[in-house]
Amino acid sequence: MKKNFISLKELSERNIGLAPGHRACAGCPFPSIVRMVLSASDNPVVVANATGCLEVTSTIFPYSAWPVPWIHSAFENVAATIAGIETAFRVFKKRGIIPENKKINFIAFGGDGATYDIGLQALSGAIERGHNFLYILYDNQAYMNTGIQRSSATPFGANTTTSPAGKVIPGKLQDRKDITEIIAAHGTPYVAQASPSHFYDFISKIRKAFEIKGPKFIAVLSPCVPGWGYRENESIEIAKLAVETCFWPLYEIEHGVYKLTYKPAKKLPVRIWLEKQERFKHLINREELITEIQKKVDEKWERLLNLDGKKIF
Amino acid sequence: MKLKNLKKLALTGNEAAAYAMKQINPDVVAAYPITPSTEIVQIFSKYVADGEVDTEFVPVESEHSAMSVCIGASAAGARVMTATASQGLALMHEMLYIASSLRLPIVMVVGNRALSAPINIHADHSDAMGSRDSGWMQMFCENPNEVYHTVIMAVKIAEKANLPCMVEMDGFITTHEMEMVETLDDKEVQEFVKKRIPLYSVLNVEEPITIGALDLFDYYFEHKRGQVEAVFKAKKIISEVVKEYNTKFGFNFPDFVEEYETEDAEICVVAMSSAAGTLKEAIDLKRESGIKIGLIRIKTFRPFPYEILRERLRKFKAVGVMDRAETMSTLGGPLSIEIKASLYPLDKKPVIQNFIFGLGGREFSLEDAFHVIEIIENIKKGKKYDDVLYIGIRE
Repeated sequence: MKKNFISLKELSERNIGLAPGHRACAGCPFPSIVRMVLSASDNPVVVANATGCLEVTSTIFPYSAWPVPWIHSAFENVAATIAGIETAFRVFKKRGIIPENKKINFIAFGGDGATYDIGLQALSGAIERGHNFLYILYDNQAYMNTGIQRSSATPFGANTTTSPAGKVIPGKLQDRKDITEIIAAHGTPYVAQASPSHFYDFISKIRKAFEIKGPKFIAVLSPCVPGWGYRENESIEIAKLAVETCFWPLYEIEHGVYKLTYKPAKKLPVRIWLEKQERFKHLINREELITEIQKKVDEKWERLLNLDGKKIF
Repeated sequence: MKLKNLKKLALTGNEAAAYAMKQINPDVVAAYPITPSTEIVQIFSKYVADGEVDTEFVPVESEHSAMSVCIGASAAGARVMTATASQGLALMHEMLYIASSLRLPIVMVVGNRALSAPINIHADHSDAMGSRDSGWMQMFCENPNEVYHTVIMAVKIAEKANLPCMVEMDGFITTHEMEMVETLDDKEVQEFVKKRIPLYSVLNVEEPITIGALDLFDYYFEHKRGQVEAVFKAKKIISEVVKEYNTKFGFNFPDFVEEYETEDAEICVVAMSSAAGTLKEAIDLKRESGIKIGLIRIKTFRPFPYEILRERLRKFKAVGVMDRAETMSTLGGPLSIEIKASLYPLDKKPVIQNFIFGLGGREFSLEDAFHVIEIIENIKKGKKYDDVLYIGIRE
């Protein structure tokens, strides 16, 4: 049995997550993502949260949906905030204020704006300094909290309120940043991509991350009902299609070694995923653009297939 | 009266601050280099490297992250210190409000420096004045000796008030000026600052709390009202801690204001930080020619000692207020505006003359100080000037 194994029964018995009454949109997958992360931890956790959907919908004073210690300070600094907490924990152990054997898992949650854009510097700094924390990026691929503005996580062609699909311009003209590779390039001990649709894969990655000392990063796709434009009951299906089309491959880089953790039996055309979402509706009859998107997906997937099992640092 | 012989060390303002930090041995220091306060963190990181302190030093990638790490560590219950200046303080601006609003007693040494543009590395108070409404306490020091003692007192003041505190000194003038500093023993410092007793800790996993929740129109206002109350209460704490320190170690440090030759004075000048030293010298010399002038040096600018200033300044015929910063409001410098507001309820009040001086490190010379005193004396005699005068400038 693998070291980080946990049975579904045990996981469901733990069931630690946001309390009922949080204000996330119907169908939003991040309450499930939070539940998976918190329930996967064998130790107590302390959470820092960047400004964003998760923060505003889970903590409207005087209510809080969080059953664990939780702090929010600003948008661009969640990695620095958790770094400060983790540092205090270390110094308290060193000075005998906290027992040496006390274990806490430090977790930062940030959306794509807080991670790819405004908080990238703080995250990069915290990783370089080697703080012991797990960063969970819940990636809904735009600034959803402020009303669907493009971020550097927004994929090519997506219609957002600041990359609108107009008569001349077909949505966002730039590719999204590959944040997972950027974080991996830091030499981060553990980096992974996950999806709530493949929940056991996700939970295994979380548990593996908790076992590793130093900074850890997991990018989890978090489809957005209003931002992507689909029905409330389709979030997990949309996340699943992102994986099955290889738009969002599931893989990990553990101490520099690439590993594809899921290979679709049959790689579906990306069109199937795009067609499901309002934000790509204007592309459906633009065959040349769909072809371009497919080409980029294929290139990235090929690259990962080549890297699978290889050590890059 | 000195209770004991203190160890005298020749230290610059930066060295004095770093030495006080060493003796405090805080839990966490997170900082980023910036002229002219870089030396503080540089010296402190050497203390860490040499094992003279067991503080965790976090060399962050920006001042924004410096304050964010401080906030995280302080919210975990740690005693946290940092240092910065100028653009660094400006970059922290967002986080300053969060530190004070989360009631975190972080102590930060600031080497006051001009703000860009044009870029300038020398002393003025533009940086400090940009954070005057952030909810931090701000204590301005005249010389390295005062810096050393104020850093130690600030830790206790901040932790009793559960509010953050800046200890400020003029960039290069004080940060790099060497003078004799009367130091305490490590043990005396430790016994004075004691251990921090935090209001809460984000490390308390047994009784989890939510810190920094979204707070809308139905509660935010009450929280801000409570914060104002905490700042009012801090005034008493400042007085008590300074008194305790003075009594314990035989000093005479001011809590809010220092008065110099004010007893028989007819006119007065109000200043902060190193300019007060120059003015004291000028006052001594001018008094020889019969000008009865005194000085009030504001030590604690936040919370603003308006009650004290109202009482102390009411008797003068004319008061000159020295501002080492502009507000760009056309109304003059920040200190003069606040002093005018403080005196407003009085029926009979002195003429307030604002002087802006020393921006970007422009020297404030003895000649400049004489010039200021002469103008205040002329105002006493009925002469009128522009509302704001710029001293030591080519015009």
